[in-house]
Amino acid sequence: MSAEMIIEEDISQIPIDEIDVSNPKLFQQDVIGDYFKRLREEAPVHYCADGHTGPFWSITRFNDIVRVDTDHKNFSSESTLGGIVLDDINQRPEVEDFRLPMFIAMDPPKHDEQRKVVSPIVAPNNLAAMAPIIRERAAGILDSLPVGEEFDWVDKVSIELTTMTLATLFDFPWEERRKLTRWSDIATTSPGHGLVDSWDEWKAELIDCATYFQGLWNERAGGKQGHDLISMLAASPATANMPFNEFLGNLLLLIVGGNDTTRNSITGGVLALNQNPAEYDKLMNDTGLIPNMVSEIIRWQTPLAHMRRTALRDTEVGGKIIREGDKVAMWYLSGNRDSEVIDRADEFLIDRKDARKHLSFGFGIHRCVGNRLAELQLQIIWEEIVKRFRKVEVTGEAERSMSNFIHGFTTMPVILHPH
Amino acid sequence: MPKVTYIEADGATHTVEVASGTTGRDAAIDNDIPGIDGDCGGVCACATCHVYVDPGWIDKVGRAAEGEMEAELLQFAEDFRETSRLACQIEITEALDGLVLNIPTGQH
Repeated sequence: MSAEMIIEEDISQIPIDEIDVSNPKLFQQDVIGDYFKRLREEAPVHYCADGHTGPFWSITRFNDIVRVDTDHKNFSSESTLGGIVLDDINQRPEVEDFRLPMFIAMDPPKHDEQRKVVSPIVAPNNLAAMAPIIRERAAGILDSLPVGEEFDWVDKVSIELTTMTLATLFDFPWEERRKLTRWSDIATTSPGHGLVDSWDEWKAELIDCATYFQGLWNERAGGKQGHDLISMLAASPATANMPFNEFLGNLLLLIVGGNDTTRNSITGGVLALNQNPAEYDKLMNDTGLIPNMVSEIIRWQTPLAHMRRTALRDTEVGGKIIREGDKVAMWYLSGNRDSEVIDRADEFLIDRKDARKHLSFGFGIHRCVGNRLAELQLQIIWEEIVKRFRKVEVTGEAERSMSNFIHGFTTMPVILHPH
Repeated sequence: MPKVTYIEADGATHTVEVASGTTGRDAAIDNDIPGIDGDCGGVCACATCHVYVDPGWIDKVGRAAEGEMEAELLQFAEDFRETSRLACQIEITEALDGLVLNIPTGQH
């Protein structure tokens, strides 16, 4: 990272109205925490008139976030209003002919119908059936890693495990599974962030994705029915006749939801344990802490920094009136550091009491449908890590994603130390 | 103090005594009943305290009101049934002394 890119400003000197927490650089440089702290303390329901992608409200305290998240009657997720991210890709003229509706960006009743089709894939009985497969694959990944030499944990472990799990859910052609990773990355980026140079390129890649899945869909709708997600969507009356862009939208939702999120929690957990050696010791002394640690990692990392809503009518939150049509960001990353609700919120504590009480999965009808699968993957990978290695040592700077939505990492160098 | 009995999916039974006014969710968390997570802290926002009210008790406890948050969340809960409730929305009073709540499979 070049020196001139580093944001060096004294946060306390910025007039509160001028604070723009949607600037992706603040996340990439990992300085966003101080900005959120100031908003929580001084302006927990904050209006920014001149944000990175236009005017928007920030909700930064835990309880206010729960309040907005559970009020879908006043705060819409509808994609035609801008959907669920601040950077409303769907509203850009460049992609006007390429809208991708997905159930996370719908309101009831359509949201409810489509979500119910997808949720059985991550139901307890299916997860129980998947657990041994995930474990075998996690073990395979860890056993293939170089020992005693530096490598990129993000690529070799975090991406690999989540991609394998996703390929299993879709029954996706195994050798081509990295296509899923690519499409996930594309879906959440915009031109100029390193992956694509123009909106046309962006569209072209997603059309490839659509064409590929259309092939799988045709195969499975035509008789080769399995228990995978595509077969489920093809078989259900609520989704069998989805318009094609909606089909692609929902697929991308599941690809991104199952990929970018857990990937970054896998990386973030390793980093957090390295930054808190006493916690790493606790883990190695009592690996029974893993399930609790998994919740704490998900809180600590908060792999999706925010979810956005659009006010359907004038609504009061925390003493402020949010006007009809206004954009609202619920900053989960901030709420998860709210010390009014979470004891010692700025500390990473793997044996934390009430570790499950965090915002990372959201609350209300849009709460993460795959949260149990996420926890399962993290639990398994950590159980397999501690069996093999006394330490996964972070040996250099973890590079962070340039995004106010995906709170994650692009690379993180590590060296493994076996028992 | 009223008593409430939780029955796990595998049949394991836990009877606890709680202060009148405690919610079914808080009583479960305070007594470490497995299978009730109550992730949101008991504010009807996550559906991880899903229970089946014993058929003999459901009329006394009441059903989730249609169109309200509880019913909206319950529709997505795994294996939703006629007697499904969120335990955080059940206040255990003397009138419910002896209440039986069944815990679904795999809420963990």
